[in-house]
Amino acid sequence: MNKNLTCIECPKSCELIVDIENCRVVKVSGNQCKAGESYCLAEIENPMRVLTSAVLGEGLALKMIPVRTDRPLPKAKLLEAMAEIKKIRINKPVKPGDVIVNNFLGLGVDLIATRECL
Amino acid sequence: MLEKDLVIVGGGPAGMAAAISAYENGVSDILLLERDQYLGGILNQCVHTSFGISYFKEVLTGPEYSGRFINKVKAIDKIEISLKSFAVNLTKDKILTFIKPGLIQKLKAKALIMATGARERTREMLHIPGARPAGIFSAGLAQKLINIEGLLPGKEVVIAGSGDIGLIMARRFVLEGAKVKAVIEIQKQARGLVRNVVQCVEDFEIPFYLQHKISRIYGKNRVERIDVARVDENFQEIAGTKFQLECDTLLISVGLIPENELIEMAQAKMDKKTNTPVSNELNKTSIAGLFVCGNAFRIYDLVDSVTKDSVLAGRQAAEYLIRGSGRTIPAGLK
Repeated sequence: MNKNLTCIECPKSCELIVDIENCRVVKVSGNQCKAGESYCLAEIENPMRVLTSAVLGEGLALKMIPVRTDRPLPKAKLLEAMAEIKKIRINKPVKPGDVIVNNFLGLGVDLIATRECL
Repeated sequence: MLEKDLVIVGGGPAGMAAAISAYENGVSDILLLERDQYLGGILNQCVHTSFGISYFKEVLTGPEYSGRFINKVKAIDKIEISLKSFAVNLTKDKILTFIKPGLIQKLKAKALIMATGARERTREMLHIPGARPAGIFSAGLAQKLINIEGLLPGKEVVIAGSGDIGLIMARRFVLEGAKVKAVIEIQKQARGLVRNVVQCVEDFEIPFYLQHKISRIYGKNRVERIDVARVDENFQEIAGTKFQLECDTLLISVGLIPENELIEMAQAKMDKKTNTPVSNELNKTSIAGLFVCGNAFRIYDLVDSVTKDSVLAGRQAAEYLIRGSGRTIPAGLK
């Protein structure tokens, strides 16, 4: 079975054709780079997304401190992850890359700060 | 009067890249003006990923992308950074006036780079009839309210237009717990990148109406509902296609206008249609030594392209200053 997907790995937005047999990707075409292949594999078998948001700061220069997961997490977990992000408060200065939550929701990804906040 | 070799107006990605480039090409007296209390410009509120793929070869969020330039600019002592500094006047002799808390400063610049970015097109420019209640926001304003101020502008949202900021905000509102009822685009295809349609609209099963327009806004104090109708090839409403959506918030995401009022004030030649200066060379204006870069020069889809453009403007300003000082241009200009 063939399925059409639009790659979201970069702004080129390649139109991909994925050949699927028994819920497994057997061939990807239309991609201009390797990222298209891994995107299709994940998208068909277990769609993943990087989550970005902002966390409330307490007693810091910024009211909201932007954050993201350092790696993609399952798309189905995005709303659950957002509910968790709402509960977090940052009360000490951070730099981009500083870990806010280790092993976020037990998903094996870290939640990291993306902006310096003193 | 205070004199400066190079003054750059705007401390976003364009202004910072231009400042670094000018310095690397031999300019040693640079003043960088930013009206906000932080450098970084619009990227500070663009907390999503998609920046840096072409320039840094990695996927970054807006604050991460601008953070790299902020660190670099701050490390160069020849670049003087002036925050909370708002440029209010520019003459054709390149005399610039700016205000900052407690100060009105007039100075003469040998060269100027305008990196003033763009502003959003508004509801008024769409000519949507109806009431004028609260609850109508430009997409970028909603983005600032959520990501910088920590405020959610509404609970039931319709997005007019499908520019990238509007698509990104569709996802952002859903993640924040609001309901996004529709994205409505008058053209046959999305205005923003296809990847944003996929990851911001389709991912969350938000209805996406192409070739539709909002034909009326209702609401006494706050937006209550809107009329939506399908349009024909000439963007005229097709009779019998009208339906209503209840919502408390309407986002407008229909493109950007380069912000070039200072260049206009200086009487440089302008193209009124695009609101950009006219010249025969990239990044130049009809006034010698007055340069323009980033979204003020033309609207870019990607910040990576803004950076590339601004590096060029910084180099051109350096060339102009070196030539003006009677020195010969070194061969290895970056």
